[in-house]
Amino acid sequence: MSDPILRLQGVHTDIAQYHILHGVDLEVPRAAVTMLLGRNGVGKTTTLRTIIGHWPARAGTIIYDGADITGVKTPDRARAGIGYVPEDMGIFSDLTVEENMTLAAVSGPLEPTRRDRIFAAFPPLRTFWTSPAGTLSGGQKQMLTIARAMAEERKLYLIDEPTKGLAPAIVSTMAAALRELKTMGASILLVEQNFAVAKALGDHAAVMDDGRIVWTGEMAELAADAALQDRLMGLSMEGGR
Amino acid sequence: MMLHALISGDRPRSRILTALLLAIFLGLLFAPFLFPGVRALETAARISVFILLAASYDLLLGYTGVVSFAHTMFFGMGAYGVGLASQHMGRGYGSLIVGSLAGAALAAAFAFLIALFSLRVRAIFFAMITLAVASAVAVLVSQLSSITGGEDGFTFQIPRALGPANRMGEFMGVQITGKILNYYVVFFCSLILFLVLLRIVNSPFGRVLQAIRENDFRAEAIGYRVVRYRTIATCISAAVAALAGSLFALWLRYVGPDTTLSFELMLDLLLIVVIGGMGTIWGAVIGATLMVLAQTYLQDLMGSAAEATAAIPLLSRLLDPDRWLLWLGVLFILSVYFFPAGIVGRLRAGR
Repeated sequence: MSDPILRLQGVHTDIAQYHILHGVDLEVPRAAVTMLLGRNGVGKTTTLRTIIGHWPARAGTIIYDGADITGVKTPDRARAGIGYVPEDMGIFSDLTVEENMTLAAVSGPLEPTRRDRIFAAFPPLRTFWTSPAGTLSGGQKQMLTIARAMAEERKLYLIDEPTKGLAPAIVSTMAAALRELKTMGASILLVEQNFAVAKALGDHAAVMDDGRIVWTGEMAELAADAALQDRLMGLSMEGGR
Repeated sequence: MMLHALISGDRPRSRILTALLLAIFLGLLFAPFLFPGVRALETAARISVFILLAASYDLLLGYTGVVSFAHTMFFGMGAYGVGLASQHMGRGYGSLIVGSLAGAALAAAFAFLIALFSLRVRAIFFAMITLAVASAVAVLVSQLSSITGGEDGFTFQIPRALGPANRMGEFMGVQITGKILNYYVVFFCSLILFLVLLRIVNSPFGRVLQAIRENDFRAEAIGYRVVRYRTIATCISAAVAALAGSLFALWLRYVGPDTTLSFELMLDLLLIVVIGGMGTIWGAVIGATLMVLAQTYLQDLMGSAAEATAAIPLLSRLLDPDRWLLWLGVLFILSVYFFPAGIVGRLRAGR
């Protein structure tokens, strides 16, 4: 197996006076979907935000694509190829869908082939291309956040609960788009509470509890073992198994 | 099509707004012929300069989300630049140009330093630091009276061609003087700089600024260096404010703390941008025009209203011209209450 795209070693993160991550060790393999699972409040979002640099790691190292990026600033991490899709969508609602997409292509203009692939994955974005993003529905906004991450080639995607609060029909659109992203060869670290989606998309899984990784393995292995799921994640997981 | 390019594709997007903007533009363009008289021309020049000043402030406040209280300081730097250059280098176009450029360069350098020290920290610190620096500069200007004329300021001479003594005959029944020529210099320079600002806010650079204002962390996570963008915006905004100050000084042939540096002016500017509509350069046009007209003519209006209502005891007292500030305040409160997105925001929403 080649070296992982991302490796966290003993990462500690504090938010204000709270100690959230207590030494996270995590490897994200290339060209695969790694699920980051766990109950609410165990530090999944904080882990993603530490990787993109929103919260500084107090201790430990973050190795991305063979280089230590622990001290690198957020914009430079993004330009090095890490795409972050936050849970709160974070679209620019005053700007049009087109402007949102243009901004997301940091290193050059949005390529037409890429744009067409995005339109194919998310048809509503073509319809509302020149509308202010603030006028989109919740599901469409979420489509835009994922589409924005696809605006240019990224080596690693950090995606935080892309299906949260969405209608079932949109959840399947979202899952299809993520699968498309995966077939394009992207490495994805995905936080997902919908276990059905997690099971369908995930290759590998890492389960967190109380600011640490407590289990790593194959997603199929976890999906097949109900007792393991109960032990690791309690009853907070939604969806069927 | 050419017009579309001139306004950088940023259409007013409201029929009433388009009509208002067109009326203001034509009114200013033909001001010497439409509204004869010294006072009307004075008002028109003031409106031109304040539109530019407010637009440059909106680049910062509305488009970048940075609150600065130092904008009139930059305005003053341009004004004093022209004043001092004309005083020491003698009257002439060279002095005007050197003074304007020096003022703009100084303003940009100051803005860069302030940004460097304070834009990394929370927004409120930037606001506080600009307030402190602006106050310090205002005190310095009034103390260094041997150079700046202190509280009184000083008058200076501009090229004769732009002075009232230069008479160039009649046109359309109006005596064309250097003063009118001067007005057109101020008007066209303001117009050009305004169009430049419009181009900037509608460029990819401007879009990044808007993205940063809305969600700076998100902009960073995409890969934009937020501090760098904010710093550049601060410098551009300061330089344009200084150029507006230079035009104002050229028009007044005088510089002093009251006309360029005062804190009241800063508050007026804030109100212009808020009332017109933050985050849209067109708001500056509407806001500045309303504000200057109100400041100039509200007293007159109230005077005639007071006379008309002389028979009604309380009302005529309330409408006394000395109470004009009270009514101006009431107008502000009402407009902020009813148009939280500014007049332009209201007009666009109601289309």
